[in-house]
Amino acid sequence: MIDILSKRYVYFIASVLVIIPGLIVLFTGGLPLSIDFTGGSLLEVQLSAGQTLSTETMQNIYENAGIDDAQVQTTENGTLLIRSSFLTNENRDVVLSSMKSETGSDVTVIRFDSVGPSIGSQVASRAAQAVGIAALAVALFIRYVFRNVPNAFRYGVCAIIAMVHDVAVVFSVVGIGAKLFDWQIDALFLTALLTVIGFSVQDKVVVFDRIRENSNIFRKLKYETLVNHSIVQTLQRSINTQLMTVEFLLLALALYGGVTLQEFAVILLVGLFSGTYSSIFIAASILVVWENREWQNWFRKPQQNQA
Amino acid sequence: MARNQTNRIFLILFVLALALWVDLSSKIEITNPFQDTTLYSRDVKPRLGLDLQGGLQVLLEADVPEGTVINRDEMETARGIVENRTNALGVSENLIQVAGDRRIVGEFPGAEDADAILDIIQQTGLLEFVDTGDTIPEEGTIIQTDFITGSVTAPAGDGTQPVYHTIMTGKELASIGVSPDQFSGRYAIDFTLSPEGAKIFGDHTSANNGKILTITLDKRVISAPRIGDPITGGQGTITGDFTVESANALAVQLKYGSLPIPLKVVETRIIGPTLGADSLQKSLRAGAIGMIVVVLFMAIYYRMPGIVADLSILFYAAIAFAIFKYFHFTLTLPSIAGFLLSTGAALDANILIFERLKEELRNGRNLVQAIDQAWDRAWPSIWESNTTTLITSLILYWFGSTFGATIVKGFSLTLALGVGVSLFTAIYVTRSLLALFLKTFKPTNYERWFGI
Repeated sequence: MIDILSKRYVYFIASVLVIIPGLIVLFTGGLPLSIDFTGGSLLEVQLSAGQTLSTETMQNIYENAGIDDAQVQTTENGTLLIRSSFLTNENRDVVLSSMKSETGSDVTVIRFDSVGPSIGSQVASRAAQAVGIAALAVALFIRYVFRNVPNAFRYGVCAIIAMVHDVAVVFSVVGIGAKLFDWQIDALFLTALLTVIGFSVQDKVVVFDRIRENSNIFRKLKYETLVNHSIVQTLQRSINTQLMTVEFLLLALALYGGVTLQEFAVILLVGLFSGTYSSIFIAASILVVWENREWQNWFRKPQQNQA
Repeated sequence: MARNQTNRIFLILFVLALALWVDLSSKIEITNPFQDTTLYSRDVKPRLGLDLQGGLQVLLEADVPEGTVINRDEMETARGIVENRTNALGVSENLIQVAGDRRIVGEFPGAEDADAILDIIQQTGLLEFVDTGDTIPEEGTIIQTDFITGSVTAPAGDGTQPVYHTIMTGKELASIGVSPDQFSGRYAIDFTLSPEGAKIFGDHTSANNGKILTITLDKRVISAPRIGDPITGGQGTITGDFTVESANALAVQLKYGSLPIPLKVVETRIIGPTLGADSLQKSLRAGAIGMIVVVLFMAIYYRMPGIVADLSILFYAAIAFAIFKYFHFTLTLPSIAGFLLSTGAALDANILIFERLKEELRNGRNLVQAIDQAWDRAWPSIWESNTTTLITSLILYWFGSTFGATIVKGFSLTLALGVGVSLFTAIYVTRSLLALFLKTFKPTNYERWFGI
């Protein structure tokens, strides 16, 4: 049988190496919160073929409407994307008609999102609440399901630690995506995040279930061997469910699903992969570390634990 | 046992037929063959979200100081008024919902002119004087008029209701008062018109003696008096079944607007129709590609059980889509993603079972025992793991509905529904079909049939 758990500290280090750089990028660059959370406006327009508007002209148009923080961007499809602070519907009309008179061209609105500042901050705080409640509800549920197992609480805690790991991986991906592709944290990102949480725990439950079942059958086995055995038994299922089905569906969405869903699909792709990875390499590993109380040896004989 | 088996297959086929019926029609109808009457009918056209067909979404918030307690009924009334007003614009499939306790979300698929909609929502109570000819509309009913956001344009509505001509609106009101009616003991509302209004009113009442002049507020009939003598002085009275309270309430509405609470626009989203069409096509293609790969994988890796699982996945897709259509769920891009993810969850249940099945077969059990064991042992993992997904979908749904974030709502709803339906198909359908296959093909070579 493959010995997966003996290299557990390698996995911990690997995870840290994946998570930390992304988080550093994310927090040093400022959280790329979208207008869903901060309030503000996003206007995407298409001009007639051959027509353009320079950034300065655009900013002047916005300044005439009383807004001085307009940022103009040209997208791959040749449309203009303007981000600014909250634009009322009256001001939008002013902006659009100035654009028309400036270019003499038709101006087609492809997308317009405008979120008032008060609503944005409320969404942000409610989103944080939603994530917190989801984590708590799931921990309580695991505590309940494993109520007949010794140290049931431990399983709940390990599932949460692994879940935090997955959330960190997702944020790290967004940090890198924000740097490279101008991704933003919006309501759809939050949806992806909560889905990752749900599926991450779903995966842990499957692995833990096998440990529970095996601990009733092989009562004399060493805990580490027992857990390793359980992981190996569920490994094929994890690979087939995650890699071969769910990830394939998401990969198809990410590759062919159009711009709107791309960021969403990639985040789910990485997040769900991390969920499977962490069930085996993080959650189960921590269970063993906890059972052996290995932290007592961490500072005494470090060389033994690096194996 | 054999009989039980037949019943199961019949039930499955029945549900499948029902699902396909809903899937393939845009309207379902059951007619009574003896009387030629319709017993049951329901529109099951698929509803596409704004992100798929373009349109306008607005989030309105009660414009009152933070912390003010808002009566649920008031929000409901305000919602109804917004709905009546915007329906008059003739945009089909408007969806106006109360979101949380102080917000209303309005969705207008396909709407091109956002300004017209926003104007009509935010204006104060719309009082109209309507020429209904000889018809006396019942009080409280809603009638269609040709007055739309400040200009008289083409008649709105679905063509089945008559559209009446609006002579003038409450804009021409100069002042309003309430006075008791000497004869009936009830109350009436007295109004004075602007000079311009007085002229329109005078001309109309002179020319239409004996006809009905219906007075509506936000298209709802409040009074339908018959024109007696011409009223040329610019002063008139609205009589109706008013008590002193209801007369005063109406007078206030006419003066200050009929919304029980003032509303302000806190969020606007406009999605152009081209962006929507593009996303729909691409996402559907992506979904199809993903599904084909996954279906092939299952069949190749798990052999016969895999093919059975594929059949039950198609079955699952048919049921889920029928439920979306029947209950008028709105399909959005994220809900397509949610649907795909729940397909994954459905397959996960089957994969868990099949992996168990292989293990049991390798341990030398016979086929019947192995199948029983596989289902029994995989069951706790399946329900526990799916419950966690349901918990998070519920929390997402709650979050989405407080802010009118229909995209988030749509995703969590399809995910939760998918997980629920998939449990049924993965457990019940896969097992019944597998039993049927085993009986028909009587496999002996496990290696070839089960891929162990």
